[in-house]
Amino acid sequence: MAKQLSRDSIFQILTAVIAASAAAVLILNAYVLITGSGTVLQRFGVGFLTGTNWNPVVGRESFGVFPYVLGTLLTSGIALLIGVPLSLGIAIFLVEMAPKVVRVPLSYLVELLAAVPSVIFGLWGLFVLRFWILDYVEVPLNTYLGWIPIFSGAPFGLDFLTAGVILAIMIIPTVASVSREVISAVPDSIREGAYGIGATKWEVIRHWVLSYGRSGIFGAVILGLGRAVGETMAVTMVIGNAVGPTAMPLTLFQPGQTLPSLIANGFLEAPNPLEKSAYVGAGLVLLLISLLINIVAHVMVTRVLKVKGGAVE
Amino acid sequence: MFNGYRFRNFKNRLFYVLCLLCVVIAVVPLLSILYEVIIRGAPQINLNFLTADGLHGGIGPAIQGTLILIGLTSIIGIPIGILSGVYLAEFGNNMYASWMRTINDILTEFPSIVVGITAYSIIVVGLTGTFSPVAGAIALSFMLVPVVARTTEESMKLVPNNVREASMALGAHRWRTILSVVLPSAKGGLITGTLLAVARVAGETAPILLTILGSSYYFQSFSQPMDALPLRIFLNSRLPQPELQAQAWGASLVLILMVLALNIGVRLASRGRFSR
Repeated sequence: MAKQLSRDSIFQILTAVIAASAAAVLILNAYVLITGSGTVLQRFGVGFLTGTNWNPVVGRESFGVFPYVLGTLLTSGIALLIGVPLSLGIAIFLVEMAPKVVRVPLSYLVELLAAVPSVIFGLWGLFVLRFWILDYVEVPLNTYLGWIPIFSGAPFGLDFLTAGVILAIMIIPTVASVSREVISAVPDSIREGAYGIGATKWEVIRHWVLSYGRSGIFGAVILGLGRAVGETMAVTMVIGNAVGPTAMPLTLFQPGQTLPSLIANGFLEAPNPLEKSAYVGAGLVLLLISLLINIVAHVMVTRVLKVKGGAVE
Repeated sequence: MFNGYRFRNFKNRLFYVLCLLCVVIAVVPLLSILYEVIIRGAPQINLNFLTADGLHGGIGPAIQGTLILIGLTSIIGIPIGILSGVYLAEFGNNMYASWMRTINDILTEFPSIVVGITAYSIIVVGLTGTFSPVAGAIALSFMLVPVVARTTEESMKLVPNNVREASMALGAHRWRTILSVVLPSAKGGLITGTLLAVARVAGETAPILLTILGSSYYFQSFSQPMDALPLRIFLNSRLPQPELQAQAWGASLVLILMVLALNIGVRLASRGRFSR
């Protein structure tokens, strides 16, 4: 009996140790990024966050990630601006409107979008979407509204706007599927009560369903933001890859850079330890931004879905 | 006037059309991607393209490399992921487990390039001193494990408690019950989720960009650089030669066929199991 009992506890301890691998990976990542960026942080301090230069020339080294932080926030912002309304429309259509026959195939299609590897999004963005955006969005906007600063410049197609649009498409599956969960978690009694006092479907959704699911939908949006901030390959391929002060976002139609694309472009080619350390530092900043976003999203989503207790993804 | 019945009804219709439009807009990029990949990729496909090495205009090494990465990553990641999930599902009613669950959620959304930096610093620079398939597979495992753990936990929780009670009533111990009764009952969801996770990881580029480097040759050894489809697509897309860019489209067709076949196949096979 005692022997058998101990086998149970051995099993439990074994799986518990393996489950700790998650913590180990997290600590490992934090350790590598913190020690790896030590050199550059010691040398430039806060200047690493606020500086705009990226100059690896020996003797004149100067590294600052400010433009890329702004670039990351700008492209993610564009992604949310375009992607969130679309995702909400999709989620509402799938839960509240679509006939049963098309509901399942349509949600498959939207989820299939999540299955496309990001490098293929990038290739498509580089050779197809770029020209759509250039011809049908950037050139008209620049011609007629070019006096507005954000629409000035020389449209080229590989810039902040294209990167933002690609990200918008890529976050749709995430935001739409979480919002769908949240919207279907709204109790039917809420809808019935609203219909009962004579509201139309639009009024029911706008005034009751969306406000009931408010914090869950906010969580979905933040989750999408996390995706957009960390996305690497697709952005690297379409953003134009400016480095240094020219990467400071002034207009939407200029080549830029985000933190992940900066690392993907330059990390392996960095010739000396100081520059390599600067790239690791950029990774650390990226990780901190992404951790902050994910913790907020986690709190918001679990608070809502706890009632329902289902998987989010 | 603006609150009259007809106006409200009009708003309602308009809203319906707008939501439908959202779905259409989201499907357009998917169809365009599939269309372009097929139209531009299909002319590339022939026996030489699929089997020759990089020096002879083929992507054989990339296909082989991706298969090797999928294999190695699965060997490393799936057992760890499943056993973590077993713990979270069966013994997960405590603080420790809820912390691990939160960390898993965070790791699922980790920026992939950061995983690349970590694997590069620890394995490529620290342990082995060389770019290698092993470094790539470990980087990808970092991304695979949290997803598999999550899937395992979710599918094991769907197994009703009477199944566990029945097994224990027959005198089986807890570990036996879990391994021989609960896990097999959760098989369907577990396999589906795991295969979907593997398909997603197979298309990742950022972590392997910093760990396997790319190569024109077929697999040489576990301690030398290797090629992979996503990496080949990325590297070729930035080259000026049109014929090499065309190769990137061909490679995309192969990759997307692999990933989508896995996805659609798995979803069709598990249809009905998860539909609510």
